[in-house]
Amino acid sequence: MTDDGGDEQLRVSKIRDGTVIDHVAAGQALNVLSLLEIDGTSGLGVSVVMHVPSDRLGQKDVVKVEGRELSQSEVDVLSLFAPAATVNIVREYEVVEKTRVDRPDRVSGVLDCPNRSCITNADEPTQATFAVLEDGVRCEYCDTIVREELGELLSV
Amino acid sequence: MRHDHLLSAGQLDRADIEGLLDRAARIAADPETVRDRLTDSLLALCFFEPSTRTKLSFEAATKRLGGDVIDMGSVDSSSVTKGESLADTVRVIEGYADGIVLRHPSEGAAKLAAEHVSVPVCNAGDGAGQHPSQTLLDLYTMREAAGLDDLTVGIVGDLKYGRTVHSLAAALTEFDARMHFVSPPSLQLPRSVQYDLHEAGARLREHESLDGLLPELDVLYVTRIQRERFPDEDEYREVAGQYRIDETTLADARDDLTIMHPLPRVDEIAPTVDDTDHATYFQQAHNGVPVRMALLDALLGGEEA
Repeated sequence: MTDDGGDEQLRVSKIRDGTVIDHVAAGQALNVLSLLEIDGTSGLGVSVVMHVPSDRLGQKDVVKVEGRELSQSEVDVLSLFAPAATVNIVREYEVVEKTRVDRPDRVSGVLDCPNRSCITNADEPTQATFAVLEDGVRCEYCDTIVREELGELLSV
Repeated sequence: MRHDHLLSAGQLDRADIEGLLDRAARIAADPETVRDRLTDSLLALCFFEPSTRTKLSFEAATKRLGGDVIDMGSVDSSSVTKGESLADTVRVIEGYADGIVLRHPSEGAAKLAAEHVSVPVCNAGDGAGQHPSQTLLDLYTMREAAGLDDLTVGIVGDLKYGRTVHSLAAALTEFDARMHFVSPPSLQLPRSVQYDLHEAGARLREHESLDGLLPELDVLYVTRIQRERFPDEDEYREVAGQYRIDETTLADARDDLTIMHPLPRVDEIAPTVDDTDHATYFQQAHNGVPVRMALLDALLGGEEA
């Protein structure tokens, strides 16, 4: 399999309209789905390919979602789990837009703070908000820094 | 000071801090000049956790500026027990008072409160987070005792959960102090504080023992190691005992070593140390009043009189 999406295996699940998220770090595809609040109950057609060879990453995951186009903010948040991802918006089987993810300065309402005594984990009208660091995220309320296992903090 | 709220020590730069300490020094020297600064001002004391020094010194500071306080009282007697959110509580209280002093068990509580009100919020301790007004009085005390230039400070005890430590460390970077952090491995500085210190280029070292360190120090800042941080009583006693300051520990300290403690202490400083020239912790607590007067004057009183 090559990296350009032109291979037979990926063609099998070619989608008509929706989003293809390519070059997801190997093993992170399920976190990407969780981030997009796709849990299989919405009726969206979803294909997930995990741990396939990649020229660029060695191994990669690919996520295809039929019938949904990601917004720029969703794309940016993806960068926490899939910094090398490319996002292809597909309409009528054609890629009409191809973007790389950009690391946002901060993310809000996406991750829960792991610090149980952070005020964002109390029953308050606020969303956990994290500054995005080079190698992790930092809660803007309690300052807790998280560098690993970000997927476990997904609040969706 | 250019800030609407005081939420963390990290928001204050050196000029902010020196401005407040200078103002506090002028107030301490001549309290009469500010006795009417907060006439007609009401400060709400919202303490969701017990406090003696912080609460009373804020109250004393307000009254010595000619203002008054309203006190939420203990959490047991407030509507918090009915499940009211902090956001709602402070939104109600801002209609009663000109400023809010908040202590709360959750980290980030003061930031959340500040997002929901337009009156100044002063963080008087948020869980294991920050305690910036304590830091101001700590720095005031250090400045009086040793000056803030070319300072070497040892900070010992519970560095992980100690909010006074987190705030103090942030502020000391503004003065390029050399910092020695002494704690058991389980109570070392949290990642976020280490991150900020490294980002600020702080000169710091971490130790598990005080051995050999005292001769280097201008200031020894002692904090309480709490029993509940340890799985059992024996481990707590063993660890706490290693950091107890007594005359034996102080044998190789410099004569001009200043010993500070945010108080309350349990047994981490022996009572016999109280009578030495090193002991500065009671003066430190007393400094809470002029420093908080300066702070409240800056937050509520506008331009300096």
